[in-house]
Amino acid sequence: MKKVLIANRGEIARRVVRACRELDLTTVAVYSEADEEALHVREADEALPIGKAHARHSYLNLEVLIGAAREAGADAIHPGYGFLSESARFAEACDAAGIVFVGPSAGAIAAMGDKAAARRLAREANVPVVPGGDASRDVEAALATAADVGYPVLVKAAAGGGGRGIRIARDADELRDALPAAGREAEAAFGDSTLYIEKLLEEARHVEVQVVGAGDGEVIHMYERECSLQRRRQKLVEESPSPGLHPPTRDAMAAAAVRLAADVGYVGAGTVEFLVDQHERFYFIEMNTRLQVEHGVTEMVTGIDLVRAQLLVAAGEPLEFTQDDVRIEGSAIEFRINAEDPEQDFQPSPGRLEAAELPGGPGVRIDTAIYTGYTVVPFYDSLIAKLMVWAPTREQALRRGRRALAEFRLEGIETTVPLHARLVEDERVLAGDVHTGYLEELLAGGEAATASTARETR
Amino acid sequence: MADRTTIKAPVPGTFYRRPTPDEEPYANEGDRISNGQVIGLVEVMKNFNEVKADRDGVIASFLVENEDLVEAGQDLAALTDG
Repeated sequence: MKKVLIANRGEIARRVVRACRELDLTTVAVYSEADEEALHVREADEALPIGKAHARHSYLNLEVLIGAAREAGADAIHPGYGFLSESARFAEACDAAGIVFVGPSAGAIAAMGDKAAARRLAREANVPVVPGGDASRDVEAALATAADVGYPVLVKAAAGGGGRGIRIARDADELRDALPAAGREAEAAFGDSTLYIEKLLEEARHVEVQVVGAGDGEVIHMYERECSLQRRRQKLVEESPSPGLHPPTRDAMAAAAVRLAADVGYVGAGTVEFLVDQHERFYFIEMNTRLQVEHGVTEMVTGIDLVRAQLLVAAGEPLEFTQDDVRIEGSAIEFRINAEDPEQDFQPSPGRLEAAELPGGPGVRIDTAIYTGYTVVPFYDSLIAKLMVWAPTREQALRRGRRALAEFRLEGIETTVPLHARLVEDERVLAGDVHTGYLEELLAGGEAATASTARETR
Repeated sequence: MADRTTIKAPVPGTFYRRPTPDEEPYANEGDRISNGQVIGLVEVMKNFNEVKADRDGVIASFLVENEDLVEAGQDLAALTDG
Protein backbone atom coordinates (compact mmCIF):
# COMPACT_ATOMS: atom_id res chain seq x y z
CA MET A 1 0.00 0.00 0.00
CA LYS A 2 1.62 3.22 -1.21
CA LYS A 3 -1.04 5.67 -2.28
CA VAL A 4 -4.30 6.45 -0.49
CA LEU A 5 -7.28 8.28 -1.96
CA ILE A 6 -9.32 10.08 0.70
CA ALA A 7 -13.01 9.94 -0.22
CA ASN A 8 -14.03 12.78 2.05
CA ARG A 9 -13.60 16.49 2.75
CA GLY A 10 -13.07 18.98 5.55
CA GLU A 11 -11.34 18.25 8.83
CA ILE A 12 -11.47 14.47 8.52
CA ALA A 13 -9.80 14.51 5.09
CA ARG A 14 -6.99 16.60 6.61
CA ARG A 15 -6.79 14.20 9.56
CA VAL A 16 -6.26 11.26 7.19
CA VAL A 17 -3.67 13.19 5.14
CA ARG A 18 -1.69 13.77 8.34
CA ALA A 19 -1.71 10.10 9.33
CA CYS A 20 -0.73 9.05 5.79
CA ARG A 21 2.15 11.50 5.70
CA GLU A 22 3.58 10.12 8.93
CA LEU A 23 3.48 6.65 7.34
CA ASP A 24 5.07 7.87 4.07
CA LEU A 25 1.91 7.15 2.13
CA THR A 26 1.14 9.38 -0.87
CA THR A 27 -2.27 11.07 -0.58
CA VAL A 28 -4.91 11.86 -3.18
CA ALA A 29 -7.65 14.35 -2.26
CA VAL A 30 -10.94 14.58 -4.10
CA TYR A 31 -13.10 17.66 -4.23
CA SER A 32 -16.46 18.90 -5.42
CA GLU A 33 -16.99 22.19 -7.22
CA ALA A 34 -17.74 23.76 -3.83
CA ASP A 35 -14.40 22.68 -2.36
CA GLU A 36 -11.87 23.93 -4.91
CA GLU A 37 -10.33 26.24 -2.29
CA ALA A 38 -10.45 23.70 0.56
CA LEU A 39 -7.40 23.00 2.70
CA HIS A 40 -7.57 19.22 2.23
CA VAL A 41 -7.09 19.79 -1.51
CA ARG A 42 -4.03 21.98 -0.98
CA GLU A 43 -2.46 19.68 1.57
CA ALA A 44 -2.76 16.34 -0.20
CA ASP A 45 -0.01 15.31 -2.64
CA GLU A 46 -2.51 15.14 -5.49
CA ALA A 47 -6.11 16.24 -5.97
CA LEU A 48 -8.86 15.29 -8.40
CA PRO A 49 -12.21 17.00 -9.06
CA ILE A 50 -15.17 14.66 -8.69
CA GLY A 51 -18.21 16.69 -9.63
CA LYS A 52 -20.86 19.11 -8.54
CA ALA A 53 -21.31 20.50 -5.05
CA HIS A 54 -24.17 18.27 -3.98
CA ALA A 55 -22.74 15.20 -2.28
CA ARG A 56 -24.99 12.97 -4.38
CA HIS A 57 -23.01 14.12 -7.45
CA SER A 58 -19.57 13.98 -5.82
CA TYR A 59 -18.68 12.58 -2.37
CA LEU A 60 -21.49 10.02 -2.55
CA ASN A 61 -20.82 9.02 -6.14
CA LEU A 62 -19.25 5.59 -5.82
CA GLU A 63 -18.40 5.11 -9.51
CA VAL A 64 -16.70 8.49 -9.82
CA LEU A 65 -14.63 7.84 -6.67
CA ILE A 66 -13.47 4.42 -7.85
CA GLY A 67 -12.66 6.00 -11.22
CA ALA A 68 -10.63 8.73 -9.51
CA ALA A 69 -8.68 6.12 -7.52
CA ARG A 70 -7.91 4.24 -10.74
CA GLU A 71 -6.87 7.42 -12.53
CA ALA A 72 -4.54 8.43 -9.68
CA GLY A 73 -3.15 4.92 -9.30
CA ALA A 74 -4.23 4.79 -5.66
CA ASP A 75 -4.14 1.33 -4.12
CA ALA A 76 -6.32 2.20 -1.12
CA ILE A 77 -9.34 4.39 -0.29
CA HIS A 78 -9.97 5.87 3.16
CA PRO A 79 -13.65 6.82 3.45
CA GLY A 80 -13.39 9.01 6.58
CA TYR A 81 -16.74 9.18 8.40
CA GLY A 82 -20.16 9.98 6.95
CA PHE A 83 -20.63 9.87 3.15
CA LEU A 84 -19.73 6.33 1.94
CA SER A 85 -17.91 5.16 5.09
CA GLU A 86 -20.67 2.70 6.03
CA SER A 87 -21.63 1.65 2.51
CA ALA A 88 -21.17 -2.09 2.03
CA ARG A 89 -21.64 -1.48 -1.70
CA PHE A 90 -18.68 0.92 -1.73
CA ALA A 91 -16.47 -1.54 0.17
CA GLU A 92 -17.49 -4.23 -2.33
CA ALA A 93 -16.79 -1.95 -5.30
CA CYS A 94 -13.31 -1.27 -3.91
CA ASP A 95 -12.70 -5.01 -3.56
CA ALA A 96 -13.89 -5.61 -7.11
CA ALA A 97 -11.54 -2.88 -8.40
CA GLY A 98 -8.60 -4.36 -6.49
CA ILE A 99 -8.44 -1.34 -4.19
CA VAL A 100 -8.00 -1.71 -0.42
CA PHE A 101 -10.96 -0.24 1.49
CA VAL A 102 -9.62 1.19 4.75
CA GLY A 103 -12.28 -0.27 6.99
CA PRO A 104 -13.97 -3.56 7.80
CA SER A 105 -15.20 -6.07 5.22
CA ALA A 106 -18.33 -5.36 3.20
CA GLY A 107 -19.88 -8.29 5.07
CA ALA A 108 -19.22 -6.76 8.49
CA ILE A 109 -20.56 -3.37 7.34
CA ALA A 110 -23.74 -5.00 6.01
CA ALA A 111 -24.19 -7.14 9.13
CA MET A 112 -24.01 -4.12 11.43
CA GLY A 113 -25.77 -1.78 8.98
CA ASP A 114 -29.03 -3.67 9.47
CA LYS A 115 -29.66 -2.46 13.01
CA ALA A 116 -32.30 -5.12 13.70
CA ALA A 117 -29.91 -7.87 12.58
CA ALA A 118 -27.13 -6.29 14.65
CA ARG A 119 -29.33 -6.69 17.76
CA ARG A 120 -29.60 -10.40 17.01
CA LEU A 121 -25.82 -10.67 16.56
CA ALA A 122 -25.33 -8.90 19.89
CA ARG A 123 -27.68 -11.32 21.66
CA GLU A 124 -25.81 -14.24 20.12
CA ALA A 125 -22.54 -12.76 21.46
CA ASN A 126 -24.14 -12.60 24.90
CA VAL A 127 -24.24 -8.81 24.80
CA PRO A 128 -27.36 -7.30 26.39
CA VAL A 129 -29.59 -5.32 24.02
CA VAL A 130 -32.27 -2.73 24.77
CA PRO A 131 -35.55 -4.64 25.39
CA GLY A 132 -37.58 -4.70 22.19
CA GLY A 133 -37.92 -6.59 18.95
CA ASP A 134 -38.67 -6.57 15.23
CA ALA A 135 -41.72 -4.61 14.19
CA SER A 136 -41.97 -5.11 10.48
CA ARG A 137 -45.38 -5.31 8.82
CA ASP A 138 -47.22 -7.13 11.63
CA VAL A 139 -48.80 -4.39 13.74
CA GLU A 140 -50.29 -6.81 16.29
CA ALA A 141 -46.90 -8.42 16.97
CA ALA A 142 -45.35 -4.98 17.38
CA LEU A 143 -48.09 -3.99 19.85
CA ALA A 144 -47.47 -7.18 21.82
CA THR A 145 -43.73 -6.49 21.92
CA ALA A 146 -44.32 -2.92 23.09
CA ALA A 147 -46.78 -4.03 25.77
CA ASP A 148 -44.24 -6.61 26.88
CA VAL A 149 -41.31 -4.20 27.28
CA GLY A 150 -43.48 -1.28 28.43
CA TYR A 151 -44.15 2.17 26.95
CA PRO A 152 -42.79 4.57 25.89
CA VAL A 153 -41.03 2.83 23.01
CA LEU A 154 -38.90 3.99 20.10
CA VAL A 155 -39.75 2.92 16.57
CA LYS A 156 -36.51 2.70 14.62
CA ALA A 157 -35.61 2.04 10.99
CA ALA A 158 -33.41 -1.06 10.62
CA ALA A 159 -31.48 0.71 7.86
CA GLY A 160 -31.20 3.92 9.93
CA GLY A 161 -28.69 4.43 12.69
CA GLY A 162 -26.82 7.47 13.93
CA GLY A 163 -30.04 8.80 15.41
CA ARG A 164 -31.90 8.95 12.09
CA GLY A 165 -35.32 7.43 11.37
CA ILE A 166 -36.59 7.32 14.97
CA ARG A 167 -40.09 7.99 16.38
CA ILE A 168 -41.41 7.84 19.93
CA ALA A 169 -44.70 6.11 20.83
CA ARG A 170 -46.04 6.70 24.35
CA ASP A 171 -48.97 4.28 24.13
CA ALA A 172 -50.61 1.70 21.87
CA ASP A 173 -52.57 4.32 19.92
CA GLU A 174 -49.42 6.30 19.16
CA LEU A 175 -47.64 3.11 18.14
CA ARG A 176 -50.50 2.13 15.82
CA ASP A 177 -50.15 5.58 14.16
CA ALA A 178 -46.36 5.61 14.16
CA LEU A 179 -45.72 2.27 12.45
CA PRO A 180 -47.07 2.98 8.93
CA ALA A 181 -45.64 6.51 8.87
CA ALA A 182 -42.24 5.32 10.13
CA GLY A 183 -42.26 2.56 7.52
CA ARG A 184 -42.96 5.05 4.71
CA GLU A 185 -40.26 7.42 5.97
CA ALA A 186 -37.73 4.61 6.25
CA GLU A 187 -38.55 3.46 2.73
CA ALA A 188 -38.09 7.00 1.40
CA ALA A 189 -34.92 7.75 3.37
CA PHE A 190 -33.14 4.40 3.27
CA GLY A 191 -34.95 2.35 0.61
CA ASP A 192 -35.90 -0.20 3.29
CA SER A 193 -39.08 -0.08 5.38
CA THR A 194 -37.94 -2.63 8.00
CA LEU A 195 -38.62 -1.38 11.53
CA TYR A 196 -37.87 -2.49 15.07
CA ILE A 197 -38.96 -1.38 18.51
CA GLU A 198 -36.85 -0.50 21.53
CA LYS A 199 -38.00 0.45 24.99
CA LEU A 200 -37.21 4.12 25.61
CA LEU A 201 -34.72 4.14 28.46
CA GLU A 202 -35.28 7.38 30.35
CA GLU A 203 -32.34 9.26 31.81
CA ALA A 204 -29.81 6.83 30.35
CA ARG A 205 -26.26 7.70 29.37
CA HIS A 206 -24.82 7.12 25.91
CA VAL A 207 -21.47 5.39 26.35
CA GLU A 208 -19.56 3.79 23.49
CA VAL A 209 -16.52 1.54 23.32
CA GLN A 210 -13.77 2.02 20.75
CA VAL A 211 -12.45 -1.21 19.25
CA VAL A 212 -9.80 -2.09 16.68
CA GLY A 213 -9.76 -5.46 14.94
CA ALA A 214 -6.15 -6.33 14.17
CA GLY A 215 -6.93 -8.51 11.18
CA ASP A 216 -5.61 -11.73 12.75
CA GLY A 217 -8.83 -12.27 14.67
CA GLU A 218 -7.74 -10.30 17.70
CA VAL A 219 -9.85 -7.34 18.78
CA ILE A 220 -8.40 -4.68 21.05
CA HIS A 221 -10.58 -2.17 22.90
CA MET A 222 -9.59 1.37 23.82
CA TYR A 223 -12.11 1.91 26.59
CA GLU A 224 -15.08 4.21 26.39
CA ARG A 225 -16.35 7.62 25.40
CA GLU A 226 -19.24 9.30 27.15
CA CYS A 227 -21.49 11.05 24.59
CA SER A 228 -24.64 11.87 26.56
CA LEU A 229 -24.78 15.57 25.73
CA GLN A 230 -26.88 15.41 22.59
CA ARG A 231 -29.50 17.46 20.83
CA ARG A 232 -31.97 15.66 18.57
CA ARG A 233 -29.78 12.58 18.93
CA GLN A 234 -26.73 14.40 17.56
CA LYS A 235 -23.72 14.50 19.86
CA LEU A 236 -22.32 17.87 20.90
CA VAL A 237 -19.80 16.99 23.62
CA GLU A 238 -17.87 13.75 24.09
CA GLU A 239 -15.35 12.75 26.71
CA SER A 240 -13.15 9.92 27.85
CA PRO A 241 -13.23 8.35 30.32
CA SER A 242 -16.94 8.46 31.22
CA PRO A 243 -17.50 10.21 34.55
CA GLY A 244 -20.46 7.92 35.25
CA LEU A 245 -19.00 4.41 35.22
CA HIS A 246 -17.48 2.35 37.97
CA PRO A 247 -14.52 0.15 36.97
CA PRO A 248 -16.47 -3.15 36.90
CA THR A 249 -19.04 -1.64 34.49
CA ARG A 250 -16.30 -0.17 32.30
CA ASP A 251 -14.55 -3.53 32.09
CA ALA A 252 -17.76 -5.45 31.42
CA MET A 253 -18.72 -3.07 28.61
CA ALA A 254 -15.29 -3.25 27.02
CA ALA A 255 -15.40 -7.05 27.17
CA ALA A 256 -18.89 -7.10 25.62
CA ALA A 257 -17.76 -4.84 22.77
CA VAL A 258 -14.75 -7.05 22.07
CA ARG A 259 -16.95 -10.19 22.09
CA LEU A 260 -19.35 -8.72 19.55
CA ALA A 261 -16.59 -7.41 17.26
CA ALA A 262 -14.66 -10.68 17.44
CA ASP A 263 -17.83 -12.67 16.67
CA VAL A 264 -18.34 -10.83 13.37
CA GLY A 265 -14.63 -11.06 12.47
CA TYR A 266 -14.30 -7.31 12.73
CA VAL A 267 -11.22 -5.69 11.15
CA GLY A 268 -10.16 -2.07 11.61
CA ALA A 269 -11.61 0.67 13.81
CA GLY A 270 -15.19 0.48 15.01
CA THR A 271 -17.40 1.66 17.83
CA VAL A 272 -19.94 -0.28 19.85
CA GLU A 273 -22.62 2.02 21.27
CA PHE A 274 -24.48 1.34 24.51
CA LEU A 275 -27.07 2.98 26.71
CA VAL A 276 -26.31 2.80 30.43
CA ASP A 277 -29.14 3.21 32.94
CA GLN A 278 -29.01 4.71 36.45
CA HIS A 279 -28.12 1.30 37.89
CA GLU A 280 -25.19 1.02 35.44
CA ARG A 281 -26.94 -1.74 33.52
CA PHE A 282 -25.79 -1.41 29.91
CA TYR A 283 -27.54 -2.26 26.66
CA PHE A 284 -26.18 -2.47 23.09
CA ILE A 285 -27.79 -0.05 20.62
CA GLU A 286 -25.65 -0.22 17.48
CA MET A 287 -22.17 -0.62 16.08
CA ASN A 288 -20.60 1.99 13.83
CA THR A 289 -18.27 0.34 11.35
CA ARG A 290 -16.01 3.32 10.78
CA LEU A 291 -13.91 6.01 12.41
CA GLN A 292 -16.06 8.24 14.65
CA VAL A 293 -16.09 12.03 14.66
CA GLU A 294 -15.07 11.88 18.33
CA HIS A 295 -12.14 9.46 17.91
CA GLY A 296 -9.75 12.22 19.01
CA VAL A 297 -10.68 12.07 22.69
CA THR A 298 -9.70 8.40 22.76
CA GLU A 299 -6.42 9.30 21.05
CA MET A 300 -5.72 11.95 23.68
CA VAL A 301 -6.24 9.67 26.69
CA THR A 302 -4.55 6.58 25.21
CA GLY A 303 -1.81 8.20 23.10
CA ILE A 304 -2.76 5.88 20.24
CA ASP A 305 -3.23 7.23 16.71
CA LEU A 306 -6.44 5.55 15.51
CA VAL A 307 -6.13 6.57 11.86
CA ARG A 308 -2.58 5.23 11.79
CA ALA A 309 -3.90 1.97 13.27
CA GLN A 310 -6.60 1.84 10.57
CA LEU A 311 -4.02 2.30 7.82
CA LEU A 312 -1.65 -0.30 9.27
CA VAL A 313 -4.42 -2.89 9.57
CA ALA A 314 -5.58 -2.13 6.02
CA ALA A 315 -2.02 -2.62 4.77
CA GLY A 316 -1.91 -6.02 6.47
CA GLU A 317 0.68 -4.93 8.97
CA PRO A 318 0.63 -5.71 12.68
CA LEU A 319 -0.65 -3.15 15.19
CA GLU A 320 1.96 -1.27 17.19
CA PHE A 321 0.24 -1.93 20.53
CA THR A 322 -1.31 -4.79 22.44
CA GLN A 323 -4.30 -4.75 24.78
CA ASP A 324 -1.95 -4.45 27.75
CA ASP A 325 -0.46 -1.26 26.28
CA VAL A 326 -3.85 0.46 26.21
CA ARG A 327 -4.31 2.60 29.29
CA ILE A 328 -6.36 5.71 29.91
CA GLU A 329 -4.37 8.60 31.25
CA GLY A 330 -6.07 11.84 32.34
CA SER A 331 -9.30 13.14 30.85
CA ALA A 332 -10.17 14.44 27.37
CA ILE A 333 -13.24 16.37 26.22
CA GLU A 334 -14.39 17.28 22.71
CA PHE A 335 -16.64 20.22 21.87
CA ARG A 336 -18.24 20.12 18.43
CA ILE A 337 -18.20 23.55 16.85
CA ASN A 338 -21.06 23.62 14.37
CA ALA A 339 -22.11 26.42 12.03
CA GLU A 340 -25.48 26.66 13.75
CA ASP A 341 -27.18 29.37 15.77
CA PRO A 342 -28.01 28.09 19.27
CA GLU A 343 -30.16 31.20 19.78
CA GLN A 344 -32.31 30.40 16.72
CA ASP A 345 -33.16 26.76 17.32
CA PHE A 346 -29.79 25.68 15.86
CA GLN A 347 -30.65 27.00 12.40
CA PRO A 348 -27.67 26.28 10.09
CA SER A 349 -25.49 29.33 9.55
CA PRO A 350 -23.38 29.02 6.40
CA GLY A 351 -21.35 31.98 5.15
CA ARG A 352 -17.96 33.61 4.96
CA LEU A 353 -15.73 33.64 8.03
CA GLU A 354 -14.47 37.21 8.31
CA ALA A 355 -12.29 36.07 11.18
CA ALA A 356 -11.28 32.57 12.29
CA GLU A 357 -8.88 32.71 15.21
CA LEU A 358 -8.47 29.37 16.93
CA PRO A 359 -7.51 28.32 20.48
CA GLY A 360 -4.16 26.74 21.24
CA GLY A 361 -1.70 26.20 24.05
CA PRO A 362 -1.09 23.26 26.35
CA GLY A 363 -3.45 20.29 26.10
CA VAL A 364 -5.48 21.76 23.23
CA ARG A 365 -6.10 20.05 19.90
CA ILE A 366 -8.16 21.51 17.07
CA ASP A 367 -9.23 19.45 14.07
CA THR A 368 -10.72 21.80 11.50
CA ALA A 369 -10.53 22.94 7.89
CA ILE A 370 -11.60 26.55 8.36
CA TYR A 371 -9.48 29.70 8.02
CA THR A 372 -10.09 33.44 7.89
CA GLY A 373 -11.84 34.11 4.58
CA TYR A 374 -13.13 30.54 4.24
CA THR A 375 -16.77 30.23 3.22
CA VAL A 376 -18.79 27.59 5.07
CA VAL A 377 -20.84 26.15 2.21
CA PRO A 378 -24.46 25.06 2.69
CA PHE A 379 -24.09 21.64 1.01
CA TYR A 380 -22.55 19.51 3.74
CA ASP A 381 -22.57 18.85 7.47
CA SER A 382 -22.50 21.86 9.80
CA LEU A 383 -19.45 20.62 11.79
CA ILE A 384 -16.66 23.16 11.19
CA ALA A 385 -14.22 22.40 14.01
CA LYS A 386 -13.58 19.98 16.84
CA LEU A 387 -12.03 21.47 19.94
CA MET A 388 -10.43 18.78 22.08
CA VAL A 389 -8.77 19.37 25.41
CA TRP A 390 -6.75 17.05 27.62
CA ALA A 391 -5.69 17.43 31.26
CA PRO A 392 -4.60 15.12 34.08
CA THR A 393 -8.03 15.35 35.73
CA ARG A 394 -11.58 15.94 34.47
CA GLU A 395 -11.88 19.11 36.51
CA GLN A 396 -8.74 20.53 34.92
CA ALA A 397 -9.91 19.45 31.48
CA LEU A 398 -13.16 21.38 31.98
CA ARG A 399 -11.23 24.47 33.07
CA ARG A 400 -8.97 24.09 30.07
CA GLY A 401 -12.05 23.77 27.86
CA ARG A 402 -13.44 26.98 29.32
CA ARG A 403 -10.14 28.75 28.66
CA ALA A 404 -9.84 27.41 25.10
CA LEU A 405 -13.46 28.19 24.18
CA ALA A 406 -12.87 31.82 25.20
CA GLU A 407 -9.93 31.98 22.76
CA PHE A 408 -12.15 31.36 19.72
CA ARG A 409 -12.90 34.36 17.57
CA LEU A 410 -15.22 33.32 14.77
CA GLU A 411 -16.88 36.20 12.93
CA GLY A 412 -19.36 36.20 10.08
CA ILE A 413 -21.39 33.15 11.05
CA GLU A 414 -23.10 31.84 14.18
CA THR A 415 -21.61 28.82 15.92
CA THR A 416 -22.12 26.55 18.92
CA VAL A 417 -19.16 28.11 20.80
CA PRO A 418 -21.46 30.17 23.12
CA LEU A 419 -23.48 27.05 23.95
CA HIS A 420 -20.32 25.16 24.94
CA ALA A 421 -19.17 28.13 27.03
CA ARG A 422 -22.46 27.80 28.90
CA LEU A 423 -22.17 24.02 29.26
CA VAL A 424 -18.73 24.17 30.89
CA GLU A 425 -20.29 26.35 33.60
CA ASP A 426 -23.29 24.08 34.13
CA GLU A 427 -23.33 22.35 37.52
CA ARG A 428 -24.71 19.06 36.24
CA VAL A 429 -22.13 18.97 33.42
CA LEU A 430 -19.36 19.78 35.90
CA ALA A 431 -20.58 16.93 38.12
CA GLY A 432 -20.78 14.57 35.14
CA ASP A 433 -24.40 13.99 36.11
CA VAL A 434 -26.02 13.98 32.66
CA HIS A 435 -28.15 11.72 30.45
CA THR A 436 -29.12 11.78 26.77
CA GLY A 437 -32.12 14.05 27.42
CA TYR A 438 -30.30 16.51 29.66
CA LEU A 439 -29.13 19.03 27.06
CA GLU A 440 -32.60 19.36 25.55
CA GLU A 441 -34.09 19.85 29.02
CA LEU A 442 -31.51 22.53 29.70
CA LEU A 443 -32.22 24.27 26.39
CA ALA A 444 -35.99 24.15 26.90
CA GLY A 445 -35.76 25.44 30.47
CA GLY A 446 -33.17 28.07 29.73
CA GLU A 447 -34.84 29.78 26.80
CA ALA A 448 -36.54 32.51 28.84
CA ALA A 449 -33.36 33.19 30.79
CA THR A 450 -31.22 33.40 27.65
CA ALA A 451 -33.64 35.76 25.90
CA SER A 452 -33.42 38.29 28.72
CA THR A 453 -29.63 38.23 28.86
CA ALA A 454 -27.92 40.63 26.49
CA ARG A 455 -25.57 38.69 24.25
CA GLU A 456 -21.98 39.40 25.05
CA THR A 457 -19.81 40.24 22.10
CA ARG A 458 -16.11 40.06 22.05
CA MET B 1 -54.09 41.62 -14.86
CA ALA B 2 -54.22 39.49 -11.76
CA ASP B 3 -52.26 40.54 -8.70
CA ARG B 4 -48.92 38.69 -8.70
CA THR B 5 -47.00 37.78 -5.57
CA THR B 6 -44.22 35.34 -4.90
CA ILE B 7 -43.34 32.51 -2.56
CA LYS B 8 -39.95 33.16 -1.00
CA ALA B 9 -37.17 30.97 0.38
CA PRO B 10 -37.35 30.75 4.20
CA VAL B 11 -33.59 30.07 4.53
CA PRO B 12 -30.59 29.98 2.18
CA GLY B 13 -29.76 26.62 0.65
CA THR B 14 -30.63 24.24 -2.15
CA PHE B 15 -34.18 24.32 -3.51
CA TYR B 16 -35.88 21.01 -4.23
CA ARG B 17 -39.27 20.60 -5.88
CA ARG B 18 -39.68 16.95 -4.86
CA PRO B 19 -39.76 15.27 -1.41
CA THR B 20 -37.23 12.69 -2.71
CA PRO B 21 -35.63 12.35 -6.15
CA ASP B 22 -38.02 9.51 -7.04
CA GLU B 23 -41.26 11.22 -6.10
CA GLU B 24 -43.57 13.61 -7.94
CA PRO B 25 -43.05 17.36 -7.45
CA TYR B 26 -44.96 18.95 -4.59
CA ALA B 27 -46.60 21.32 -7.07
CA ASN B 28 -46.49 22.20 -10.76
CA GLU B 29 -47.04 25.38 -12.74
CA GLY B 30 -50.76 26.02 -13.12
CA ASP B 31 -51.63 24.18 -9.88
CA ARG B 32 -54.13 25.81 -7.55
CA ILE B 33 -52.63 25.83 -4.06
CA SER B 34 -53.88 26.90 -0.67
CA ASN B 35 -52.40 28.88 2.18
CA GLY B 36 -49.87 26.75 4.08
CA GLN B 37 -49.40 24.19 1.31
CA VAL B 38 -45.85 22.89 0.80
CA ILE B 39 -44.45 23.64 -2.66
CA GLY B 40 -40.83 22.59 -2.14
CA LEU B 41 -37.90 22.18 0.25
CA VAL B 42 -34.78 24.19 0.95
CA GLU B 43 -31.91 22.09 2.24
CA VAL B 44 -29.12 23.67 4.19
CA MET B 45 -26.48 21.49 5.84
CA LYS B 46 -28.69 18.38 5.84
CA ASN B 47 -31.63 20.32 7.37
CA PHE B 48 -34.74 20.28 5.21
CA ASN B 49 -37.02 23.30 5.50
CA GLU B 50 -40.47 23.20 3.92
CA VAL B 51 -41.39 26.05 1.59
CA LYS B 52 -45.05 26.94 2.17
CA ALA B 53 -47.44 29.25 0.35
CA ASP B 54 -48.57 32.10 2.57
CA ARG B 55 -51.88 32.55 0.71
CA ASP B 56 -54.22 30.81 -1.71
CA GLY B 57 -53.49 31.13 -5.43
CA VAL B 58 -52.29 29.54 -8.64
CA ILE B 59 -48.62 28.91 -9.39
CA ALA B 60 -47.89 31.03 -12.48
CA SER B 61 -44.28 29.89 -12.74
CA PHE B 62 -41.27 28.66 -10.83
CA LEU B 63 -38.54 31.30 -10.81
CA VAL B 64 -35.66 28.92 -9.95
CA GLU B 65 -34.70 25.46 -11.12
CA ASN B 66 -34.74 22.32 -9.01
CA GLU B 67 -31.39 22.04 -7.09
CA ASP B 68 -30.59 25.75 -7.58
CA LEU B 69 -28.81 27.46 -4.70
CA VAL B 70 -31.09 30.17 -3.32
CA GLU B 71 -30.70 33.04 -0.88
CA ALA B 72 -32.99 33.64 2.10
CA GLY B 73 -35.99 35.63 0.90
CA GLN B 74 -35.30 34.89 -2.76
CA ASP B 75 -38.42 34.52 -4.95
CA LEU B 76 -39.01 30.85 -5.74
CA ALA B 77 -42.40 30.86 -7.45
CA ALA B 78 -44.81 33.44 -8.81
CA LEU B 79 -48.38 33.20 -7.59
CA THR B 80 -51.50 34.69 -9.19
CA ASP B 81 -55.05 34.87 -7.90
CA GLY B 82 -55.98 32.70 -10.88
